[in-house]
Amino acid sequence: MDDILFLMVFPFIVACILLVVKNDRARAIVSEVGAAVIIVASVWVAYNYLGKPQMFEISSETIDLLMFAVEAILGLTIIYLGIKYKKYAASVLGVIQLLMSIAFEFHFKEGIEVENGLYIDDLSIIMVLIIGIIGSLICVYAVGYMRDFQAHAEGKDRRPWFFFLLFVFLSAMFGIVLSDNLVWMFFFWEITTLCSFALIGFTKTEEAINNSFRQLILNLIGGISFLAALILLADQEGILSLAELLATPDVEAAQWVLVAVMLMALAGIVKSAQMPFHTWLLGAMVAPTPTSALLHSSTMVKAGVFMLLKLSPLLCGNVGGYMVMTVGGLTFLLASMAAISQSNAKRVLAYSTIANLGLIVACAGVGTPEAVWAGVLLTVFHAITKSMLFLCVGTAEHHIGSRNIEDMDGLFERMPKLALIMMLGIAAMFLAPLGMLISKWAALTAFVDPSNPVSILLIACIAFGSAVTGFYWTKWLGKLAFAARNRDNVEKTVRPQEWSVLGILAAMVVLVCFGYPLLSDWMVVPWIETVFGYEPAISVLENDNMYLLLIMIAALALMFLPFFGRGSTREVPTYMSGVNIDDDSYEGSMGATVNVSLRNWYLEGWFGEDRIRKVGEAVTAVIIVAAIVVACGGWY
Amino acid sequence: MSSTSKSPWILHYDASSCNGCDIEVLACLTPLYDAERFGVINTGDPKQADIFLITGSVNDQNKNVVRQLYDQMPEPKVVVAVGICACNGGIFRDCYNILGGADTVIPVDVYVPGCAARPESIIDGIVKGVAVLEEKRALMKKEGRK
Amino acid sequence: MDDWILLLCAIIFVALAPFAGCLLSGVDRKISARMQGRRGPPLSQPWHDVRKLLAKDNNAPNRFQDFYVACYLIWIIVTGAMFFAGMDLLLVVFTLILAEVFLVLAAYCSGSPFAQVGAQREIYVAMAYEPMVLLMAIGFYLFMGADDGGSFRVIDIAESSDMAIIPMLGIFIGFVIILTMKLRKSPFDLSMSHHAHQDIVRGVATEFSGRTYAMMEVSHWYENIMLLGMVALFFQNGEWTGFILGMVVAILVYLLEIWLDNGFARMKWQTALKTGWVAALILGLGNIAVLLVIA
Repeated sequence: MDDILFLMVFPFIVACILLVVKNDRARAIVSEVGAAVIIVASVWVAYNYLGKPQMFEISSETIDLLMFAVEAILGLTIIYLGIKYKKYAASVLGVIQLLMSIAFEFHFKEGIEVENGLYIDDLSIIMVLIIGIIGSLICVYAVGYMRDFQAHAEGKDRRPWFFFLLFVFLSAMFGIVLSDNLVWMFFFWEITTLCSFALIGFTKTEEAINNSFRQLILNLIGGISFLAALILLADQEGILSLAELLATPDVEAAQWVLVAVMLMALAGIVKSAQMPFHTWLLGAMVAPTPTSALLHSSTMVKAGVFMLLKLSPLLCGNVGGYMVMTVGGLTFLLASMAAISQSNAKRVLAYSTIANLGLIVACAGVGTPEAVWAGVLLTVFHAITKSMLFLCVGTAEHHIGSRNIEDMDGLFERMPKLALIMMLGIAAMFLAPLGMLISKWAALTAFVDPSNPVSILLIACIAFGSAVTGFYWTKWLGKLAFAARNRDNVEKTVRPQEWSVLGILAAMVVLVCFGYPLLSDWMVVPWIETVFGYEPAISVLENDNMYLLLIMIAALALMFLPFFGRGSTREVPTYMSGVNIDDDSYEGSMGATVNVSLRNWYLEGWFGEDRIRKVGEAVTAVIIVAAIVVACGGWY
Repeated sequence: MSSTSKSPWILHYDASSCNGCDIEVLACLTPLYDAERFGVINTGDPKQADIFLITGSVNDQNKNVVRQLYDQMPEPKVVVAVGICACNGGIFRDCYNILGGADTVIPVDVYVPGCAARPESIIDGIVKGVAVLEEKRALMKKEGRK
Repeated sequence: MDDWILLLCAIIFVALAPFAGCLLSGVDRKISARMQGRRGPPLSQPWHDVRKLLAKDNNAPNRFQDFYVACYLIWIIVTGAMFFAGMDLLLVVFTLILAEVFLVLAAYCSGSPFAQVGAQREIYVAMAYEPMVLLMAIGFYLFMGADDGGSFRVIDIAESSDMAIIPMLGIFIGFVIILTMKLRKSPFDLSMSHHAHQDIVRGVATEFSGRTYAMMEVSHWYENIMLLGMVALFFQNGEWTGFILGMVVAILVYLLEIWLDNGFARMKWQTALKTGWVAALILGLGNIAVLLVIA
């Protein structure tokens, strides 16, 4: 158990050290060593407990009280900040949450003892690896990135605070995935909310502050919903342990357990940025620090889907499940559509994140072993690929001075290595035979289920959503592929930390594409077997499909390595219906120089953000409210 | 006859013609003459053309365009000048801005006279051009360029 | 069926599809010419076109275009081979998209304005037809009985004793509608038409010449045969009657496409998405709803 505790406490210690370190070199060393230790520790934990799920007996009044104290202080801080920045909604929610937690602590929780505070199983291990490896890599990347950032920024150097938040965040994430005591899980849940609040508002510009409060308000709704679930569970059933909750034999018979599960699912939906709460993640992108944007997108949102995947056995085939799967499915479709209208690379990534999380959420809602299998694999693939893409965009932004996809014309020549990594990432997001598609395929198979009344909706969402996904990724891919000849190479100044992290992530993308059958055999399938009691039938792993996919990946790699850019062709200028001056301009009538500029389609009239947002928010809000009302009334 | 001569794809460019010849060129593709019988396709893309069909005399404004279109066509390629203007400048030859026939800027292989050139003679010119194309192809092969 | 027979099918496809596709293309041009009151080129015309293109000099705007088009050709062949070897239909659909992306990249990488506009139209049209193609695969899966494990495998569908056409009539009609886009026929030949007389020259293929262009043509031959194979799949009942019927209907569908191609002017780009999505929504999803209820 010591190693588990170490994993949760060590990042916090590193965070505290970084809070006092002011020197650049010292900070780099501390965070690099810290990150390395965390990576080693998470791999060690994975190695140690793989296939050996365990509960750990740990409980203490002191810890509980300490957590309550921290929560209360943070609650008061929220109320204060809300008043200070005139965001009264945040203050009001803060007051409600504070009152609820006081009531919970001193009334409802009385007499309920959770013996096993911590646990670990294969899903937790997967999450530990994602948080430990990808989260730490982001911290390393942040060292180089923030140095560039500080060079451009004015005012006081607040980097110690930034790095403090990053590492506290890692601690809290480990806490979420390893706590069996729901009260502890809630505590860590709230910590991640507040860390991200502080990270989004880091630059203290007006936009950053607005977005950080939006994040806070939405996630407080999720937090309150979580707390309400805890109160319900404590009051009605006297359960405060996740394992005991999951052991509920018949959820539909125990109405209040179902409502509590739905409220927890709602918290998960908020945290994983599903509609109607998705705007907080978009706001996090506008914050000028890609590292934090990415931390949200590849790591923090995973807390939400982790919760939903955990709850999926309780969601299978009841009103809660229908709520979760419709919200997820619609979010997948609508967020993918909205991504078309975006030219800001980070917003495209944000929408794609929301969409993919939607798919995972839908899988969790379906709650069959096959769907959950797809959901877990999606989580893994998405975490790796998306973090790599975010880092690519961050690096590109620092070197071409823009995060607009339209400005990435000819990136292939300007930053060749980066462009190739980015292209790999984009391809891995939607193309066969690479990562995401494998799991999307499994999800599609799981959605086609005549016994599921929502099946037709999910089929529609995935069929149209996939088509739309292909459109926005391909047009970005095309921008990168444009091999212009007269461009200067500007990637020589990319910092070595950034290269090494990008390289590791790219290697991991390729590795999981080859290694997903092993991943499935070692971690996902055993976990599903213990939770559902039988092995999922995965078509992706059957019918020789697996070997075929692997052969295809190998073929793709073999085609690229030796032949890419080789050929005995004579290079000629392109055809522009006139006399070319160079690749970007031609001689028009009367000898005038006409510049050529190439722009993508955004189909604003159909897929404009506002339009989609209104539809999405209205529909999903109605679904959530209706489902919870139905459950509360017992009319299912 | 090799495939090269069975599939002559044409790029049609109007240098500064009165449009008389252009209409006749298009007439070749109509059902009456149906030049596609011989595999002729009127492509609008120099990168895919084998025969450069130029009408009208070349002037100062478009000499570079003509030259570049010619350059953009892949070997083997043939130029057919259609109409008297394209052959030597025709009635426009003394104008201040006219350079003369197409051969003032690019090498011309077949001359099709007429004002306007008749569709029969244009098709005849293309067929002659195809023979030249075949020769050039054979030469390329001999020199090992392809 | 034995594995080696399936392998043989794939090999036969790889070896013979170009000839069949070439002939089909020749027939297409001949019939089109006749519809326009012309004699038209000989049936062997596409063959000579490709041989001529192969004999031309290699020109390209950069070093990468050739590679992408070669990838397009290879993955189209792989897709078709997988289809005729009776593999998973969804995998076939996904691989087809992979191939498509390579074609689009080839157009994008040149930086030619015409090619890029063509490339965007190409992916736009792909967005229009893809839902229907996916729904077709899902329809077959349901038809095969999603309850007992279901199957996306083409060979299982072909060997099942019921014809899919009856329960999947809506999907079939929807598929024929989007086939017009897939075959790049008018009124939806937005990204490139047969001849370069359009607003964007030759669209996607503007910068392709010689060998590169020939590779694209051959890919189209393969692709057309595979698409007609998909049409025929609806009629398979594990016997020769279904096989013959499938072939006949596939040919009739192709004739219908030629007729549409000649009978329609190109429509506005908006219409493409609306047509594709409405077809998928009503015919595709409607039919799937029925299949779900039956199951």
